[in-house]
Amino acid sequence: MKQRCRNRIRTVSLLLIICQAVVSSATSVFAQSFPVTDSTIASAHVEAQVYPVPPDAAPAPPLSVTAGDTPDDAGGSLTIRWDASADETRGKVKYYRIFRAPNVGGRPGEFEPLGELPAGTTQYSDGKIATRKGFWEQVLHSTDSAAYFYKVAAVNDSAVNGTVYWQAQSESEVVGPVRSSAQWFNFQRINVLVGLLLLCAFIVYYIERAKAGKPIFIRKIAGLEAVDEAVGRATEMGRKIFYIPGSQDMDQVQTLAGITILGRVAEMAAVYDARLEVPVSRSLVMVTCREVVKEAYARAGRPDSFNEKQVHYITDDQFGYAAAIDGMVVRERPATIFMMGLFYAEALILAETGNFVGAIQIAGTAEPSQLPFFVAACDYTLIGEELFAASAYLSREPRQLGSLKGQDIGKGVVLAAIIIGILLETLGVYHFAQLFKVIGY
Amino acid sequence: MNGRMYKYLAAVAVVTACVLLYVGKRVAWFEDMMFPTWLSILVCVLIAASMFWILLRTIKGKPAERRTVFLYVGIAVSLPLLMTISVHVPISTEGQLLFDGMKRIQPGSKVLVSFDYDPPSAPELQPMAEAFMRYCFERDIKVIIIGLWPQGPQQANLALAKLLAEPAISAKNLVYGVDYVNLGFQSGNEFVIQRMGSDFKSMFPADYRGTPYDSLPLVGNVRNFSGIDYSFNLSAGYPGTREWVLIGVDRFGLVMGAGNTAVQTTGMYPYVRSGQLKGILGGMSGAAEIEELTERLGKGAKFMVAQSFGHMVMIVFIVIGNVAYFLHERKKKKA
Amino acid sequence: MRREIPLLITGIVGIVLVVAYFIPHFPFNRMADWSADWFSIVAAFAIWLGALNLFRLSIENVVKRKPGWGYAVVIIVCFLISAGVGFIEGRDFRNPGSASDWIYNYVYTPLSSTMFAILAFFVASASYRAFRARNLDATLLLLAAFFVMLGRVPIGDMLVGFLPEHWRLSDLSTWVMNFPNTAGQRAILIGIALGIVSSSLRIILGIERSHLGGD
Repeated sequence: MKQRCRNRIRTVSLLLIICQAVVSSATSVFAQSFPVTDSTIASAHVEAQVYPVPPDAAPAPPLSVTAGDTPDDAGGSLTIRWDASADETRGKVKYYRIFRAPNVGGRPGEFEPLGELPAGTTQYSDGKIATRKGFWEQVLHSTDSAAYFYKVAAVNDSAVNGTVYWQAQSESEVVGPVRSSAQWFNFQRINVLVGLLLLCAFIVYYIERAKAGKPIFIRKIAGLEAVDEAVGRATEMGRKIFYIPGSQDMDQVQTLAGITILGRVAEMAAVYDARLEVPVSRSLVMVTCREVVKEAYARAGRPDSFNEKQVHYITDDQFGYAAAIDGMVVRERPATIFMMGLFYAEALILAETGNFVGAIQIAGTAEPSQLPFFVAACDYTLIGEELFAASAYLSREPRQLGSLKGQDIGKGVVLAAIIIGILLETLGVYHFAQLFKVIGY
Repeated sequence: MNGRMYKYLAAVAVVTACVLLYVGKRVAWFEDMMFPTWLSILVCVLIAASMFWILLRTIKGKPAERRTVFLYVGIAVSLPLLMTISVHVPISTEGQLLFDGMKRIQPGSKVLVSFDYDPPSAPELQPMAEAFMRYCFERDIKVIIIGLWPQGPQQANLALAKLLAEPAISAKNLVYGVDYVNLGFQSGNEFVIQRMGSDFKSMFPADYRGTPYDSLPLVGNVRNFSGIDYSFNLSAGYPGTREWVLIGVDRFGLVMGAGNTAVQTTGMYPYVRSGQLKGILGGMSGAAEIEELTERLGKGAKFMVAQSFGHMVMIVFIVIGNVAYFLHERKKKKA
Repeated sequence: MRREIPLLITGIVGIVLVVAYFIPHFPFNRMADWSADWFSIVAAFAIWLGALNLFRLSIENVVKRKPGWGYAVVIIVCFLISAGVGFIEGRDFRNPGSASDWIYNYVYTPLSSTMFAILAFFVASASYRAFRARNLDATLLLLAAFFVMLGRVPIGDMLVGFLPEHWRLSDLSTWVMNFPNTAGQRAILIGIALGIVSSSLRIILGIERSHLGGD
């Protein structure tokens, strides 16, 4: 009995030793890219398992692993690329696991898992890089101080409802050491730079032509032709002009455009002796508008007619502002209302109330979602770029008109590009459209 | 009665209606008050008949004034809330795409919900927020809340208060800081998103209540967007979905769905078609869609009935307006 | 000098920020962030200018009993209550159950929602007035509005349920919004973008100076 037990124990031990030998002798294929000083042969790594790993479970390792600096960035990022494992198409790869080790005297330290990516992925960006600190450190050094080694493992497992029963992975060769670095030019944005330079060139060229005295034709914009009539109406009726320069702050170009037009309208109001009121939604806009209106009155030779209270602050809150202006419009019944700038949902509330009291309304905004409301409720609407052209239109200053012409040439180039692009896309040539792709923000 | 008396009467009627609504809501009988089906149909027939009468008056040369339009719109959007009428909401392609993305979120995943709206947009976006977070809580999906609009986190708290009081969710005994967290508002618009891409903690050093970021178990090991499995943005303007797509999705690879107000939804369709946005819900119908998809009809579905009636009334008045216009033109030609 | 210094600052900052868009290296990659931070700080301090201006004008209206002075009383009382409650509560002002939270839930939210709700009435009156078939353009606008309004609500499909699946009002409405509407919006956006570049260039180069109070 004792001898039979000893025999059984011996047999089982022998079997276990044979299994261990089979598993530990399985090797992976290597790809040479950044060879390290001693050639380390990766082995098929088996996690401690509850269930035994099937003999052919380990997939082939990923091929051609490379690691390098992520281009066109501010540093702090390395990109690891690899070719798919030969077993991926056979469904033996569930995901890829990325390992990273710090550089210790030119050799890799301890590898730690960095992340896992589903099968089919062939690239990983490591953004968890130790970067330089300190203002001058970052300005004067393009390369980050820390270097790393990487390896990629193809992983196969049997997982049911989140429980992993067995797992097998094959690792690639180690690549490294690599450091991230910052670039001085973002080549992914070169198409934007070319477009911007082209547009600026057109604008500057036509400004110079206008300065040289060449006449510039500009079509009639009904809303701007009516400004004179609108201001005159207010004078005749003895009622106020309300000027609303948008509900947003000075960091918006549309607000600046609205304030620019305010200067012209204020000058006209001063000349016609009409009462102008400018309720604003932002403190910085109030300060700027006050200055603009004061200068406009001075230019018209009526500095004494200016009263600081003409330009007053109401509230930053969108609907509080709309409610206050509605109340003022209904009580004071202005003859003319200008709404020039960036508006959101309050646009229709303001416009309809103005329509209700019978005021002549001239509105302009570059917010496409609010344009239909202005078109429906106002007498005249400046659509999109007409708002930015208004200052040039009203002043008739040659340099400003020249810039409009340059902008229009730019638009012509864009139109031509769209037509060419549509034709090429229809014919199956997709490269042209890629020229206009903008990556990043 | 002169004009001033009419104004006083109108003011008294409005105040009385408000008091009745408030009292009714407090004593809960209003919540249960619904017209029976026969009364709902009768009300609809009466409204239709009165509008037909307005059309006849218009033909006779007495066009309706804007106050009549206001009155009918008011009736059209408020009375259906009391009626036992329901409408089947067709699911849009974009809404289905969003829901398919939601179904792929695994239990235990971390979802970032950005509340980028204020109370005026709440009727459209709040039902979306509630439906989405209810879906997450029911499936043990963790929710991290932030806001790029100052009132956003407060809207989130209102939604959370409502959801946590529901029997199915309160039975789960969700723990703040473990199952959900509200990191609050941060100013800076799109720059907040940019900096979150590298470090959440730099933008939200503490949560809405002042608890330090590192001591919140749910976010303690979430360094940046790589720790987020899915993101849902509720947006009513700027900053909103466009900024999240241009920075969060394009630069940092965030997987994102969105809910927008109806007015700005069309501007987001290009992002859905390009695959940058994994679906979008638009306006009130979007809210009704997600309620239908998650099989929990609520305010979104109810408000769609009111919106349907509102649209019908507007269309009828447009027709009446055109009748008045053509009759006026004919008179001018005869003259 | 009063105008030259702001023009110089505008020009330098404008050019540097445009250049910074193309340079990812530090410090250029952070310049836009720093500018936004500075703007937020300046705007935050500037709020005092506006608030004090509002307060001063309201008090003046009350003292001089100008028309509508009752509204000025409301402004002053609400201003003092909101600011006072906020100062007293300090950092806890956002906590649920606080007085500020009560003001937000029971005063601010209903008022904002009411103003937003007014849009529904104004859209109806604007539609009633504007959607007239005066000419071909107006007729097209009218038809588009008709189809989109009906197609966006379930009743639209219910009314035309007899039509085949992709020919219903919701499909037509989606087509109108996705194609003609999107195309039109994109065209407007292209024009706006070019207008912004031109306008910004004029401001940076100092050609446009009206916002500084000059010609």
